[in-house]
Amino acid sequence: MHAAQSSVKKGETLIDTAMTLNSMRADAIVIRHASSGAVQLIAGKVDCPVLNAGDGQHEHPTQGLLDALTIRTAKGPEFARLKITICGDILHSRVARSNIHCLTTLGADVHVCAPPALMPADIEQLKVTPHYHFDTALKDADVVMMLRLQQERMEGQFIPSPREYRHLYGLTLDRLARAAPDALVMHPGPMNRGIEIDSNVADLPGRSLITRQVEMGVAIRMACLDVLTRKGRGVEGWA
Amino acid sequence: MKQLAPLTLTNGRLVLAAGEPQRGAVRCVDGRIVAVGPAVTAHDGDTVVDAGGALIAPGLVDLGVFAIDKPAFHFGGITRAALMPDSGSVLDKPSTVRFAAQSGKPDLWVHPLAAATKALAGRELAELAMMRDAGARAVATGRRWVADSGTMHRLLSYAAMLGLTVVVHAEDGGLTGNAVATAGEMATRLGLPSAPAEAEALAVARDLALAGLTGARVHFRQITTARALALVRAAKSRGMAVTAGVTPAHFMLSDTAIGDFRTFTRLSPPLRSAADRQAVLAALADGTIDVIASGHDPRGPEDKRLPFADAEPGMAGAEVLLPLTLGLVRDGVIDLPRAFQLLSANPAALLGVQAGTLAEGAEADLALIDPERPWIVDSNKMAAAAGNTPFDKQGVQGRVTALFKGGVKVG
Repeated sequence: MHAAQSSVKKGETLIDTAMTLNSMRADAIVIRHASSGAVQLIAGKVDCPVLNAGDGQHEHPTQGLLDALTIRTAKGPEFARLKITICGDILHSRVARSNIHCLTTLGADVHVCAPPALMPADIEQLKVTPHYHFDTALKDADVVMMLRLQQERMEGQFIPSPREYRHLYGLTLDRLARAAPDALVMHPGPMNRGIEIDSNVADLPGRSLITRQVEMGVAIRMACLDVLTRKGRGVEGWA
Repeated sequence: MKQLAPLTLTNGRLVLAAGEPQRGAVRCVDGRIVAVGPAVTAHDGDTVVDAGGALIAPGLVDLGVFAIDKPAFHFGGITRAALMPDSGSVLDKPSTVRFAAQSGKPDLWVHPLAAATKALAGRELAELAMMRDAGARAVATGRRWVADSGTMHRLLSYAAMLGLTVVVHAEDGGLTGNAVATAGEMATRLGLPSAPAEAEALAVARDLALAGLTGARVHFRQITTARALALVRAAKSRGMAVTAGVTPAHFMLSDTAIGDFRTFTRLSPPLRSAADRQAVLAALADGTIDVIASGHDPRGPEDKRLPFADAEPGMAGAEVLLPLTLGLVRDGVIDLPRAFQLLSANPAALLGVQAGTLAEGAEADLALIDPERPWIVDSNKMAAAAGNTPFDKQGVQGRVTALFKGGVKVG
């Protein structure tokens, strides 16, 4: 259900919403919430499995898993050989955090790139290499993952303008040439074409994995729901 | 209630201005201490209370609370509390100040802190002289920083003329924005809006400059970072009339405590790095910090059972103020006389009240304390109006066994 059609709009608190959902005896609850930590708060109050579909700027675990699976289908299981560059609004991105956790755990060499205002403090503590300059971040990268830049962050507070952002951080064909010759391009969508990524890069045959990410997203989320509800359905196996 | 018969507390260990506690007694007449020391004995007709070897200490003077929460204050040995101007209705008028000043009597004295600006909006000065004469003991900027340096300059010069200390919240609001955590690894991992710890030093630097310009007495209610403490330390060595406070949260905890999004650790200023926590301990030891206060701000589930960034900041601190400060004594950070300077004598002097020490002529606000008695903090069983403590389930030592306000037993 959507918050707009539930009682959330009428001032129902998050906990009350959780208790209501719990009383409906759902097999699983999938939650996306604008506040970091909100999903954990709900998970502590309900009996059924809870799947985090994105909480604030904290985590988006299924995106991390689906991106790793997408990379695996293209590059094979040896993540330790891969240099992966994530570029964009790292500060506000739950996708970036979940990808960092997932890809560093798999052994990849993860680099992040953002202007200072969009780079979180002490990000190197998450075992990644930070860059401000896109060209150095891109050098010999095997995978380039672009993040969506929210429109409201492009209008002066964090970035002077969309075209200035594109000037420094837009992934163009010229820029992509600085990465490894067979570098792959990813984006969690929805894209700002012509800002963080040019259309001729986003649609580049054989190099862009963007539609495959969507496909793997379905598979990963099916798998997550399957695994999480096995116990409730009396199915043997993991979790 | 007025003290009817003279009171003598005997067989106690007196917490004096210096040295180890001394065996002795305290005699109180008409609400005041008339004699303190090893040779003091009860007169005929005195009410005599045998302290049974407990510490006899001055009642705590809690500088900066957000609620008048008598059960919690009395549990914690607090006999006077300076009420922040943004505790419910804003204390920006003489009438509200006069009402607040009477609200705890007789067994708790509330010292209202006048709002520095109208509605605490940080623009126009409030009626500080009238509020002073209605009972305000000092002026405070509340939970917020006065962003406009021109306003702050006028405020400090006016308060200096009136002889009022200005209690300041020191965080540069432009830098903090909507932050709920200190910038660093923990905030980055949790994806919480954060601001650099330097926001505090920036605000302190500005306010010290303006205090120097105007001759105002400034008290920074909470200083929680190494850089800001260094600025205060340097200002003191130049002879400036500046003081600084802290709550137990910032000497007990670092920002690793916010790791599970527990909103009881959502505080203002936010918890800092482990290095800043060590700097606070050093500043307690070397005298840079003058006051330990509870910051008492009981908050129920409607304010706290929310995602971290949506929750209100604040903790119920009155009950743990004494035991956590006694923990500093046990750990050798400070000695016992200094603990009660931080908890009682210094805040009393700052508010200009004759209390906070075991001295002849001072108000007979006294606590009997068993400093060793162990107990466990339990957020479900607190005396406070709400149990939002970041120290839930933690073992502590030190408990008030009896409390006297103006020579009359409380409770």
